[in-house]
Amino acid sequence: MEPLALYIHWPFCLRKCPYCDFNSHVRERIDQATWRDALRRELAHEAGRVGRRPLASIFFGGGTPSLMEPATAAALIEDARHLFDPLPDLEITLEANPTSVEAGRLAEIRAAGVNRLSLGVQALDGEALRFLGREHSAAEAMAALETGRRIFPRLSFDLIYARPGQPEAAWRDELRRALALAADHLSLYQLTIEPGTRFATEYARGAFALPEPDEAARLYWATVEEAGRFGLAPYEVSNYAQPGAESRHNLAYWRYGDYLGIGPGAHQRLLLGGEMLAARRHRAPEEWLARIARQGHGTVEEEALVPTDRAREALLMGLRLAEGIDPARIAARSGLTLAEAVDPAMLLACIEEGYLEWTETGRLRATDEGRMRLDAMLPVLLR
Amino acid sequence: MPDTPLARIRNFSIIAHIDHGKSTLADRLIQATGTVTAREMKEQLLDNMELERERGITIKAQTVRLAYKAKDGETYILNLMDTPGHVDFAYEVSRSLAACEGSLLVVDASQGVEAQTLANVYQAIDANHEIVPVLNKIDLPAAEPERVKQQIEDVIGIDASDAVEISAKTGLNIEGVLEAIVTRLPPPTGDAAKTTTALLVDSWYDAYLGVVVLVRVRDGHLRKGQRIRMMSNGAVHTIEQVGVFTPKMIAAESLGPGEMGYVTAAIKTVADTNVGDTITDDRNPAAEALPGFKPSIPVVWCGLYPVDADDFEKLRESVGKLRLNDSSFHYEMETSAALGLGYRCGFLGLLHLEIVQERLSREFDLDLIATAPSVVYKLKRTNGEEFDLHNPADMPDPSVIAEIQEPWIKATIMVPDEYLGPVLTLCNERRGRQVELTYVGTRAMAVYRLPLNEVVFDFYDRLKSLSRGYASFDYQVDGYEAGDLVKISILVNAEPVDALSFMAHRSQADRRGRQICERLKELIPRQLFKIPIQAAIGGRVIARETISAMSKDVTAKCYGGDISRKRKLLDKQKEGKKRMRQFGKVEIPQSAFIAALKMDA
Ligand SMILES: Nc1nc2c(ncn2[C@@H]2O[C@H](COP(=O)(O)OP(=O)(O)OP(=O)(O)O)[C@@H](O)[C@H]2O)c(=O)[nH]1
Ligand SMILES: C[S@@+](CC[C@H](N)C(=O)[O-])C[C@H]1O[C@@H](n2cnc3c(N)ncnc32)[C@H](O)[C@@H]1O
Ligand code: SF4
Ligand SMILES: [Mg+2]
Repeated sequence: MEPLALYIHWPFCLRKCPYCDFNSHVRERIDQATWRDALRRELAHEAGRVGRRPLASIFFGGGTPSLMEPATAAALIEDARHLFDPLPDLEITLEANPTSVEAGRLAEIRAAGVNRLSLGVQALDGEALRFLGREHSAAEAMAALETGRRIFPRLSFDLIYARPGQPEAAWRDELRRALALAADHLSLYQLTIEPGTRFATEYARGAFALPEPDEAARLYWATVEEAGRFGLAPYEVSNYAQPGAESRHNLAYWRYGDYLGIGPGAHQRLLLGGEMLAARRHRAPEEWLARIARQGHGTVEEEALVPTDRAREALLMGLRLAEGIDPARIAARSGLTLAEAVDPAMLLACIEEGYLEWTETGRLRATDEGRMRLDAMLPVLLR
Repeated sequence: MPDTPLARIRNFSIIAHIDHGKSTLADRLIQATGTVTAREMKEQLLDNMELERERGITIKAQTVRLAYKAKDGETYILNLMDTPGHVDFAYEVSRSLAACEGSLLVVDASQGVEAQTLANVYQAIDANHEIVPVLNKIDLPAAEPERVKQQIEDVIGIDASDAVEISAKTGLNIEGVLEAIVTRLPPPTGDAAKTTTALLVDSWYDAYLGVVVLVRVRDGHLRKGQRIRMMSNGAVHTIEQVGVFTPKMIAAESLGPGEMGYVTAAIKTVADTNVGDTITDDRNPAAEALPGFKPSIPVVWCGLYPVDADDFEKLRESVGKLRLNDSSFHYEMETSAALGLGYRCGFLGLLHLEIVQERLSREFDLDLIATAPSVVYKLKRTNGEEFDLHNPADMPDPSVIAEIQEPWIKATIMVPDEYLGPVLTLCNERRGRQVELTYVGTRAMAVYRLPLNEVVFDFYDRLKSLSRGYASFDYQVDGYEAGDLVKISILVNAEPVDALSFMAHRSQADRRGRQICERLKELIPRQLFKIPIQAAIGGRVIARETISAMSKDVTAKCYGGDISRKRKLLDKQKEGKKRMRQFGKVEIPQSAFIAALKMDA
């Protein structure tokens, strides 16, 4: 039976970062007890619908879940362990921001059962951190990484690169310093301008420029190369890990597995009775709370996806992975064979061009060249 | 309204080179005869099309009926036709001339005889017109009436001693023009008792009245309620209204012999009205039609396509209505792989092309794209078969072509002596052959034979800038000659883009081919695959560029479980592909081709 991945969303941050379009909100006061109860209720509600299942991972994401009282995390982990059948190596990740306040809580978070920490470092350069509107300094980031590595069996952190005017040499240097901190996993994202963010307004006004695609490509190759020297391979477009240290939780998304999403704005995919049910919770924290109080869940949309949509989703996620996709699994999860899901002439053209390849085990994967151009390839390839 | 006796009717055209003051003279004549109240008067009153007013040129010939009380005490009816001066609208002039017995030949007294003066006056002489030379703009300090009179006699060979010297701008000696019209131009001939014959001179579409036709009555009458027949196709209609132009349309009882006016007859089918046709009485038809007009022969063709393919139906209707008002505009349907469904359209020149395109977009609210203009080539196949090539895309494989002939023109260029050198160089660069070089005072008159293809592009603009605007230019089509011509195909991803192919002389091929490849390289956005762009003659590539594949295009950021967002983005991208044109495995936005063609214009 397909194991479950469980996502729990904490929708609050101390301040909104200018590039961020995640479902995160700034509030003066947060009633921790109310939020704990509400998240637990929604979890219980969804668990009741899926029934008992093996549980492979829990992920506390945000927002800034390190602002959550560790007791809340503990209670939710406890519930999940009872509602499902946890696998022996259950992965429990929590995203934390490296401000000193949050760093002080890391031991308690570990005690709550979290065994993997993901730190939002974003940059190791003071100027860049200010540009990104972050609350922490480079020194605080280093300290948090140091503590995290001591306390957690597994550690990952995020960096944002391809920042305005960032020279390749400077990025290589910053990245090397990051890699020296001996994390087993890194998420290295190129800065993306998201509509509706403060950066979008400033960018449109010409306040700053991003690297041209050619330069962005060079930075990408530099990243792959530097990470490789430290034994971290790009197993996904922006994610690098030592063999075996991949984020099991995120792999569930990319492999188009079943996942529950609890909390405001969380998404969910569940294959139930032959139907792929896609659900989404209300994004606004207060409205979501009100719905929990009223009906026990915050779901605003739930639909059974048609096979073409299922195939599109499975492929657009799966081709992000270095391992590629297993045609049999695509068929099982989408109801369409690979031949039905893609345009065969385009598949051939992409293979000829060296963008896609068949592996010895019969998987279809995007080559490095192909993965770099995935957004352009998908609309051409998929039906 | 009883018929005006023929002896008291004068029908005349005003002809001249561009800007010599035809429309301004028409204004003064309208004013002097009190046809329009002072309040209604405005400059170049007859140039009523928005485009004419914006550009200060006449595009359509216009008719107005004046009543003039002459010095002999009699009141005369004067039907005035103001004509365009630009060579591209020469068909308007020739049709006007056919409706009149005389012409006022207006010559700018500060500039003298220009290329279009010659072209138009020769047409008038061919139409057996009595001609009254009018020297205009004598208010200008540079005016040299005596020199210009001499020039008219030397170059044109008509008596200019009695030329009327005027200033249309200040109104000086307008009376002299009116008297000359009455005393020197002949009255029309015709017979009220004979069966009706009337020449269909022009037509247009009026939102309230439907199709309106401009007629010149030869014999008999046209009146309300009469059943008329179009002699070319037998179509029968009942007249709803007849009337005259003041210049507003004013209904009248009837139109008698020698008169000009309009007719409406609930004509629905645009094809029922053909300029040059003879209108006769249905119950008592004439045995023989009047001599009609020589059909106009387009010299430049291009494809017109709606930017939005859904607008094709609207384009179809619009070209029909426009043709009604512009019989020198020709069209036939065609399809293009790059641009979809559209029309191949024929014009009398590039200005004509531009005006038609502009009228279609303004009057019919259409967003159009034009392919590169091309002249008409005559092709001979190796099997002896001959045919006309209107569209370079239709050119067969060179291996089955025995010969390609291109149209040549005889161009007359008049230019002040000091600019002659560069003008001759330009003509030679364009493969021109000198026929004659003479002087009229300090102005040189160069007659050249040139391939039309070389003139269609930027010849006129170059000529104007080389001579600081002082050169004037006119041409007539002057036969076909075999030439070393090649079709240049543009290939995108190894597939030809029909809308971009064009003909050129072999000596120009490399340069033009390179130019367009470079342009496309700039315009086509990078794609998943690299795209070769080639210019080729037959199978031989003469220029090439490569648009490299996009270097990076992938969402970096992780949206966690929000796969819906990524899928919706993908759905949108796929939707956008509908506006793309497929070339093998690459898809190119139609907008890139449109931009490439726009840069050509
Ligand atoms: N000084 C002066 N200018 C004149 C006179 N007559 C016309 N113009 C000017 O010459 C220009 C052209 O006049 P139009 O009457 O439009 O000339 P046209 O011959 O009708 O021009 P097309 O119809 O385009 O061939 C305008 O700017 C007039 O004001 C004149 O007697 N004296
Ligand atoms: C859910 S977010 C962050 C969690 C946590 N609140 C933090 O800021 O560290 C996950 C990661 O996405 C990345 N990210 C967010 N917005 C981004 C953007 N506009 N461009 C590139 N990366 C972005 C950041 O690296 C961020 O750490
Ligand atoms: S802290 Fe993280 S989630 Fe919060 S606004 Fe910044 S990037 Fe977004
Ligand atoms: Mg005029």
